Amino acid sequence: MTEPAIAPAESTSGRGPGGAGPASTSLGGSSTADRIYNGVITLFALCVPLLLLGLFFEVGAAGWPALKKFGVGFLFSSNWDPVREQFGVAPAIVGTLATSIVALIIATPLALGVAIYIAEFAPTWLRTPIAFLVDLLAAIPSVVYGLWGIFVLVPIMRSTVMPFLRDTLHLGATPFFAGPAYGPSVLTAGVILAIMALPYISSVSREVLLAVPRTQREAALALGATRWEAIQGAVLPYARTGIIGGIILGLGRALGETMAVTMVIGNRHDLSASLFAPGYSIASLIANEFTEASGDLHLSALMAAGFVLFVITLIVNAIARWLVWQMAGGQRSVA
Amino acid sequence: MTDVMALPAPAVVPLDPGTGCIEARAFSFWYGEKQALFEIDLELPKRAVTAFIGPSGCGKSTFLRSINRMNETIPGTRKTGDILLDAEDIYDARTDVVGLRQRVGMVFQKWNPFPKSIYDNVAFGPRINGERHKATLDEIVERSLRRAALWDEVKDRMRESATGLSGGQQQRLCIARTLANDPEVILLDEPCSALDPIATQKIEELLVELKRELTIVIVTHNLQQAARVSDRTAFFFLGRLIEYAPTEQLFTSPQQERTEAYVTGRFG
Repeated sequence: MTEPAIAPAESTSGRGPGGAGPASTSLGGSSTADRIYNGVITLFALCVPLLLLGLFFEVGAAGWPALKKFGVGFLFSSNWDPVREQFGVAPAIVGTLATSIVALIIATPLALGVAIYIAEFAPTWLRTPIAFLVDLLAAIPSVVYGLWGIFVLVPIMRSTVMPFLRDTLHLGATPFFAGPAYGPSVLTAGVILAIMALPYISSVSREVLLAVPRTQREAALALGATRWEAIQGAVLPYARTGIIGGIILGLGRALGETMAVTMVIGNRHDLSASLFAPGYSIASLIANEFTEASGDLHLSALMAAGFVLFVITLIVNAIARWLVWQMAGGQRSVA
Repeated sequence: MTDVMALPAPAVVPLDPGTGCIEARAFSFWYGEKQALFEIDLELPKRAVTAFIGPSGCGKSTFLRSINRMNETIPGTRKTGDILLDAEDIYDARTDVVGLRQRVGMVFQKWNPFPKSIYDNVAFGPRINGERHKATLDEIVERSLRRAALWDEVKDRMRESATGLSGGQQQRLCIARTLANDPEVILLDEPCSALDPIATQKIEELLVELKRELTIVIVTHNLQQAARVSDRTAFFFLGRLIEYAPTEQLFTSPQQERTEAYVTGRFG
């Protein structure tokens, strides 16, 4: 530690080797206590990524036999037959992505609306209670959401929402809203996930909006903007990056959610374009079958499914990071 | 503070008839329970620079922000009295606040460009007024930047973010953004307090240039600045107007003891 500290000091100061030594060690601050502190902190910091890597390889290794046996067919086949030991997770992948996308489409405008109301319009005395209640949505256990889904949401979807979408709005003409309304479906799971993701998106957006400097609002108002124009033209653009971050957080919640989805998605291993059809998600597939998996290959296939979910999450997060980075970069160089 | 009788009546040198632009009549203002302005009577000249000076908390910024009704955006405020712009009451119930703020632009103490491109910053005002025509916008942006003496420095980087400019450039950009609305009046709230002397000088030169076409009101803590750029100066103290006169007269032969104490640096 001391040697590299002396070397640059000598070369830059040009003083004698003896004179530069003590001065540079004290400036470097590399006392024993500092080094121990440094080491401990570094160790802590490394623990988390190491844990992540460990998980990645462990799950990958456990799923390897199934991945090796079925190859890319594991991703693209919709045949899941534990008796004949045929495994393909295409419907679960599609179900996972579809429910999450439906969730974001429903949750994002609602959550933004709540956040904008709280940050910009709500009277001060109403802010805290509303924010508290919305945040409380995140504290409800997912099994409770699932029960509520089975007893309240599914009947409403079956009797009212689905017929309305299909027949009244004539969306039944598109493949996405066609077919019989059973109730448990990809759409229903998406709605549950929307409610569960909403508090995450909303509370991050709210904090970001509240952090927008008052000077930005004043700048827009002083230019003759109405209140809404100031929000739209100055406040939201300023908060854009943070809001995207909140949406990513909500997406992460939706992708991995297991219990509530399992209870309302219908758990059928089939590919269908219609959101009305029952489906499967990777997380619910694992939750449903893990305890009953008997054969080694079945177990390995479930592990491989978990590995796929892991990779999907990584890819989605990478895309999201890239989006944020693009936008943040846009603020700095090209708007 | 409530002992109004102890204060002498303000020493005011009136404007020549017909040269006024903004006129306050017995204007008082409150933040909640706290009264910030007491019965201000003041007439500001057209196409000239008026400076408001006084120690911190004297009400000069409050009065400035009352001229474009920006204070209304703070909850719990109220006022009595009137402010007239070209003989029209700006606090009249029929006054369109949005239109008023387009006629009376404002530049703030801390420059506050939007995190958008230079072009989009200047085009913000015209766009919210419904201007969509590209060629017209281009023309407004160029003209405004030229008027703010910024065009030559930024003409090749219109698409770059405004936040990459230097402090002085950002403040001139904020002036250009205000000019893009083609206002009649510009209010400046200590626009140079965070700028270095060279950037300050550029803005002062700009103000002298702009007053040929515009009415300018500037709040400043810098007495030399008030002396350099303004035609008339108003001295505020504890929410009251103490003295209002042509700048040279106010600085060289103040009528009130308090004014003299402040401009000679004995308090403040």
